[in-house]
Amino acid sequence: MLSNLPDEVDVLVVGMGPGGSGAAKRCAELGLRVIGVEKRAEIGAPKRCGEAISRHGMTERIGIEPKGPWIVQEVHGAIVYAPNGTSIKVDYDGPEGWVVERKVFDKHLASLAAEAGARVIAKTEASGFRRENGRVKVTLKSGNESKEVTSKIIIAADGVESKVAREMGINTFNKLPDICAGVQYEMAGIKHTGNMIEFFFGNDTAPGGYIWIFPKGRGVANVGIGIRKPWAKKTALEYLDDFVQSRPELKDASIIEVNSGGVPVGGFLTDAVDDNLIVVGDAAHHVNPIHGGGIPEAYMAGRLAAETASEALKARDFSKGFLKRYDKAWNDQRGTRLKKILKLREVIETMSDDDLNWLAEYLKGDDLVEFSRGGSGLVKLGKILMKKPRLIKLARKLL
Amino acid sequence: MIKVDTDKCLRCGGCVGVCPVSALELTEHGIKCSGRCTSCKSCVNFCPVGALSIKDD
Repeated sequence: MLSNLPDEVDVLVVGMGPGGSGAAKRCAELGLRVIGVEKRAEIGAPKRCGEAISRHGMTERIGIEPKGPWIVQEVHGAIVYAPNGTSIKVDYDGPEGWVVERKVFDKHLASLAAEAGARVIAKTEASGFRRENGRVKVTLKSGNESKEVTSKIIIAADGVESKVAREMGINTFNKLPDICAGVQYEMAGIKHTGNMIEFFFGNDTAPGGYIWIFPKGRGVANVGIGIRKPWAKKTALEYLDDFVQSRPELKDASIIEVNSGGVPVGGFLTDAVDDNLIVVGDAAHHVNPIHGGGIPEAYMAGRLAAETASEALKARDFSKGFLKRYDKAWNDQRGTRLKKILKLREVIETMSDDDLNWLAEYLKGDDLVEFSRGGSGLVKLGKILMKKPRLIKLARKLL
Repeated sequence: MIKVDTDKCLRCGGCVGVCPVSALELTEHGIKCSGRCTSCKSCVNFCPVGALSIKDD
């Protein structure tokens, strides 16, 4: 099948998760010759996340209508639990988000790219990146076949492993406090799943992160955890198993899928470009640092990368200096806001369970929504922390 | 060098993302560790399912 591919393209996208598909689709729409390769045999599998996407993420950042077989559950609100069980509820009249089936959703995004004119090919690995005469030569391998392709620009969307960026000169590795270790079960036979997503916090429950239960309809839910070192004392799997055992609604439910992964929550790469290279999505740590979601961020980054690639082609300039405009576009549209959210999380993560329980008494659902958006939440939290003398120092970081 | 417990490993590749010297690779046959490994233990401390350990020489 590789023999059918062109020898030369404008853009080669490596990794066909949401970031890669967003990039490939936009490249094709802009008239660029683009190939998107995915090393796994199936796009979207194995999934590595909680599968929930907000209304804004879906309709604005990704820019698609929430309709199709990949929607498995409307989300009408959220319940956030403090370490002592105190809960804060966010309630909406209608759907403000959706839980998707990633395996179906990611394939849908890839097929949108193909429909726009991109050539997409699964079970194909790209390696041996070498810059020659202002272009990049790459070896594609699929089974016993291999093929050399020359591309002007490489869009690296190969996830947290980020092999492409590393091979091409950007060390994208994550320090331990900057990455969540995640494990996630798909569970079935749960008596009541409803339409609320639930979050559980606490230094004994999920140090440096949280546990989630996201309903997927018909008694099925995505139940997962993200934790971070140095706060964690055991593995993510052990924390998750302890939680499942402690919950009456889960302990006798069935586990129908197990996944693990790393979520880069420590803030995005400030330098996500090099000569002939643009890095997007998890590989560039494009993740909301407070909840770890990154599907809309990756898709949006992919689109911005494609637009930069198109401008670079017009200018016939694929240098790092020219591609820097991608970093600026990302900062303007999303990055600056995510930096604020990171600051907020850095304050929250230094708080003890007692502090969190105390704080939960003062917060309403709307405040939590603001926190996740990085809006007026910072000032609000700062003002609340000022009430407790021990937390004034933290409050000052926010005000 | 890193030893991988293949019974525990879910092949998620998260450890590759925490290796400061790019010594790890996720291949079709699982996680492979190259000679560049400095035994810094980042991946061991990170692994969500406790599948990694330092191999005794």
